[in-house]
Amino acid sequence: MAARKPRMNRLARTLQSSIGSKFLMSVTGILLLLFVIAHMLGNLQVFAGPDQLNAYAAKLQSLGPLLWVVRLGLLAIFVVHIGAAIRVTNSNRAARPVAYVYPGSVQSTFAGRTMMMSGLIVLAFLIYHVLHFTVGTTNPDHFHLVDETGRHDVYSMVVMGFSQWPIALVYVVANILVGVHISHGASSAFQTLGVTHPRLAFLKQGFGPGIATLIVVGNLSMPLACLFGLVQLPA
Amino acid sequence: MELTLHVWRQDGPDSPGRMEIYKADDVSSDMSFLEMLDVVNERLLEEGKEPIAFDHDCREGICGTCSLMINGVAHGPEEGTTVCQLHMRKFKDGDSIYIEPWRARAFPILRDLVVDRGAFDRIIEAGGYVSVATGNAPDANTIPVNRDESEMAMDAAACIGCGACVASCPNGSAMLFVAAKVAHLGHLPQGQPERQKRVLAMVEQMDKEGFGYCTNHYECEAVCPKEIPRKFIAEMNRDYLKAGMAAE
Ligand code: HEM
Ligand code: FES
Repeated sequence: MAARKPRMNRLARTLQSSIGSKFLMSVTGILLLLFVIAHMLGNLQVFAGPDQLNAYAAKLQSLGPLLWVVRLGLLAIFVVHIGAAIRVTNSNRAARPVAYVYPGSVQSTFAGRTMMMSGLIVLAFLIYHVLHFTVGTTNPDHFHLVDETGRHDVYSMVVMGFSQWPIALVYVVANILVGVHISHGASSAFQTLGVTHPRLAFLKQGFGPGIATLIVVGNLSMPLACLFGLVQLPA
Repeated sequence: MELTLHVWRQDGPDSPGRMEIYKADDVSSDMSFLEMLDVVNERLLEEGKEPIAFDHDCREGICGTCSLMINGVAHGPEEGTTVCQLHMRKFKDGDSIYIEPWRARAFPILRDLVVDRGAFDRIIEAGGYVSVATGNAPDANTIPVNRDESEMAMDAAACIGCGACVASCPNGSAMLFVAAKVAHLGHLPQGQPERQKRVLAMVEQMDKEGFGYCTNHYECEAVCPKEIPRKFIAEMNRDYLKAGMAAE
């Protein structure tokens, strides 16, 4: 044990440094990105009809303890991501205490400069989203539904939720912000991780905006399709 | 041409500063930006006023002393150029020009447009060197250097340590400077023995000085008078993480 101690100290010091904080943020950010992609692909099954989506939902529920492992893992990832984000943002505010009278920027992007803002709004949305579709507190009217085979009727819950324009609007706006966050974050993460091979240069450039666009299109398609009646309740 | 200058004036490190307005008439488009300020200062002296303090030395774009934020851009509107090499033909008659000092907690203002960049020196002292035996100089070419690596080292070594990267970074981060200094030694065989120690020590000093954390806006790269590329920052991230996670 004693022999391992200096190494642990050094690791702790590394992770608390400027580059270490950014490392934690990039690793957790990429894990969150993978989750967002998997979550979207799963949900797109709403376009395959009630049977498909409800079966998928029942399968996830049947994972039991494993489902809780994933949920707690996600929670831990969020805690690290947000903790590192607060640390980075605070250090950066302190490092530039006086603003320029004449503000200027040459190549920074709106998305990059507003990461904390987009992140916090996404966080607020995520809390609402879990209360809406996972816990069922905000709309018990369309949460407690059961289909003819006795499964939780996730399909009807989603369609009834998104048919109300204020709810659809919240999802549309929030997912655009998720996209804005990812458009900077996904490319930034690979720079933080030290990717330098010329063949991987795309990861640091077009990848972020590209994957963000796919996620926004996929995630907006669901509320919009329900709102405009392209996806309807089972007859 | 005639210009209106808005210049940051501050009597000392702890005095409050303010923007003051000066008219500069009779500016020739062939003047350099610093010559234009010299002319303004001559007139201030004739009027018995304090001239505007600003840093300069070589005026050839090689020493890294000059340091002005011009209309929100470090070293002004011309890419890859120090402000001493910027000419007034880049401006138009009647322009208003805002001139401010580098702004960062780690670069305290000494007077007017002059800031203390001692933090950079302390980062270099922490690890920006190679240890060599004293005595006779070694024969040239005793250590073969790979050509691509030597080119990379030269690209990084172009950094003149002016601090424009810090000034332009919304986070007041010194990553481009430190990355260039880490890379120009890290790409050479002579820099290998101390490579891990170097990056750990320099980053630790950088954090201690109160510079911000890089969030990949790349403003530094855009204003760097020596056009040091962001790639060196990625390299330093990797070097640092590797060294920090390796066994002692
Ligand atoms: C859908 C969930 C989220 C995903 C997929 C995500 C993804 C990412 C990624 C990939 C990065 C880049 C890391 C890097 O530059 O090394 C990042 C950075 C960041 N995230 Fe998130 N994030 C999410 C949620 C949040 C939340 C809830 C917050 C805030 C409370 C937040 C705040 C930040 C901040 C401040 C940064 C740093 C920005 C920068 O370095 O410029 N994120 N995020
Ligand atoms: S005065 Fe030396 S680089 Fe400008």
